[in-house]
Amino acid sequence: MLGILVNMEKFSKIKGIAAPMLSSDGNQFSMMINIDTDMIIPKQFLKTIKRTGLGKSLFHEMRYDFEGNEIESFILNKDIYRDSKIILAGNNFGCGSSREHAPWALLDFGIRVIIAPSFADIFYNNCFKNGILPIQLSEKLIKEISESALKGNELQVSLSDQIINCGNKEFSFEIDPSNKNFLMDGLDDIGLTLKDTNLIDSYEKDADNNLPWYTL
Amino acid sequence: MTEAKTIYDKIWDAHLVADKDNYSLLYIDRHLIHEVTSPQAFEGLRMAGRNVRHPDKTLAVADHNVPTTDRSVEIEDEESKIQIEALKNNCAEFGINFIDMSDIRQGIVHIIGPEQGFTLPGSTIVCGDSHTSTHGAFGALAHGIGTSEVEHVLASQTLIQKKAKNFKVEIVGTLTDSISAKDLALSVIGAIGTAGGTGYVIEYMGNAVESLSMEGRMTLCNLTIEAGARAGLIAPDQKTFDYLKDRPLAPKGDIWDKAVSYWKTLPSDPGAHYDNSIKIDIDNLSPLVTWGTSPEDVIDIDGNIPKPEDIEDEAKKNAIRRSLDYMGLEAGEPIKGTKIDKVFIGSCTNGRIEDLRAAASIVSQNKVSDHVNAIVVPGSGLVKAQAENEGLDKIFIEAGFEWREPGCSMCLAMNADKLLPNERCASTSNRNFEGRQGRGGRTHLVSPKMAAAAAIAGCLADVRDFS
Repeated sequence: MLGILVNMEKFSKIKGIAAPMLSSDGNQFSMMINIDTDMIIPKQFLKTIKRTGLGKSLFHEMRYDFEGNEIESFILNKDIYRDSKIILAGNNFGCGSSREHAPWALLDFGIRVIIAPSFADIFYNNCFKNGILPIQLSEKLIKEISESALKGNELQVSLSDQIINCGNKEFSFEIDPSNKNFLMDGLDDIGLTLKDTNLIDSYEKDADNNLPWYTL
Repeated sequence: MTEAKTIYDKIWDAHLVADKDNYSLLYIDRHLIHEVTSPQAFEGLRMAGRNVRHPDKTLAVADHNVPTTDRSVEIEDEESKIQIEALKNNCAEFGINFIDMSDIRQGIVHIIGPEQGFTLPGSTIVCGDSHTSTHGAFGALAHGIGTSEVEHVLASQTLIQKKAKNFKVEIVGTLTDSISAKDLALSVIGAIGTAGGTGYVIEYMGNAVESLSMEGRMTLCNLTIEAGARAGLIAPDQKTFDYLKDRPLAPKGDIWDKAVSYWKTLPSDPGAHYDNSIKIDIDNLSPLVTWGTSPEDVIDIDGNIPKPEDIEDEAKKNAIRRSLDYMGLEAGEPIKGTKIDKVFIGSCTNGRIEDLRAAASIVSQNKVSDHVNAIVVPGSGLVKAQAENEGLDKIFIEAGFEWREPGCSMCLAMNADKLLPNERCASTSNRNFEGRQGRGGRTHLVSPKMAAAAAIAGCLADVRDFS
């Protein structure tokens, strides 16, 4: 089955295990920064002509050794995190290549929410097209949530209320209203745009007159 | 009096189809597609029974997956072959112009757009590839998009957008023989960081930017995405018009003259508002090299590898530790003299004729070090032909370089050109991410001249020692 139906899945409350992506010097942990889309899904998996089936290759180089065996220390290989629905990470998540294979791989694995202090622009947009909610929170709060998640506490994310519940704590988050609506309603944005075909027609008519050098 | 606008504001306003409650619908003049990020978009169109609104405004070419060795034999990699055939079939089905692998015009999508005159000042250009920012060199608003957005553009010739903020990057000073556009770009990324441009469109200006050739401007704008910005822009000038005049897809005759008059109105107005700005002076700039696994990990070639303990921020400190471990480098040591195994000259960043000329000027009369495997991959068939006309291929081959067919090649290693684990490469490409050029491979980003110098020295070297 190709991805268009997955695309249109509505986003409601997500409750589940959150996997913190950490970097550590052995003493203190910090959130891993600059997780790029090459890390999320390496190039050899971009040769597919489908949207599905990429979950097993998510974070491939961090997750498997050269022989294809799981690397025990990687968080998604630890028993309780195998069914993670949420990822916690550091600054600039999703930087690099525009490949939508990155959100496809995350979704196929089962990830519906990513919480980071900042996201790269193209990746951020790609998430909303695939029913994934990227949430921006401060690094301090993400560390706090990570500590709770590391104790095995589940997270509950409510998009309608813009609230994250973690243990007995509650955190609110901001989200652009149009992005929120796209996720809540599972809207087909192409269908929505095509309802404005008359506006596109009229733009083109004007542009053919005023900016004829762009007409091919 | 009308409000003073930046070039970004002007292009945005000229392409606004509709302002909705929380987003805008922007008209897209030009759409470039390639084999990796388009198949699912076409499949989406088919499943929804939708058509391509303007096949003539889309141009297709295979570049990511193509072999750079003998093109007369069939592609060995079955998946690559299927993906390239899928692009060809999709273009035939929907009536889109497709440049075949056997065509001399074939090449990296961001090199052929300008070559063909498909890229024009003041236009909006998108492509399912982050380095679409390259086209901003012509004063076009150009940026990468995801595959769902590729489908949206194919179906509607528009894109759902929110306006970004304006970021002025002024670069002043005099370029020298050893400092190229690549060094300028790396110095910007080093200064503002890989997330420094997030939420912005960068406009480059200043005498150093004006003095760049169109090729150099393309290198600078190409790397804008590595600073996190949506797009990079340079106001068009006479150099821009001279480059584009008489290109196959550029307007002709009377329309060309009218176009030039319009393009001359595009530069930002005096007093236009910028939400952020920096000024960089290049007068004392040394040739740059990356030491780590993020393009912001930039140091002078005569500098030392940073020490994690000197960094206060815990997350950055840990990132440096991870990078040093991955790169097999010692903190505090000089970067110059680090032994390399491979050299890659090419990519949408540095695969144009001027880049090959620059590298060849260093290679000439020299030999590639015995332990180094060095390849040159021209950015397009036309670049390759031009280089061969100028005899550059002979200079490279005589020095011990391999002279390849055009494509993305070892920049992202989707084809057979890649690094083996722990191999170290001086590369003119754009990303030094973990695994980018092959799992376990170690990438140092440099300019074409610096890559050539490294090939000859067998280690990271200072091009100033070669002139």
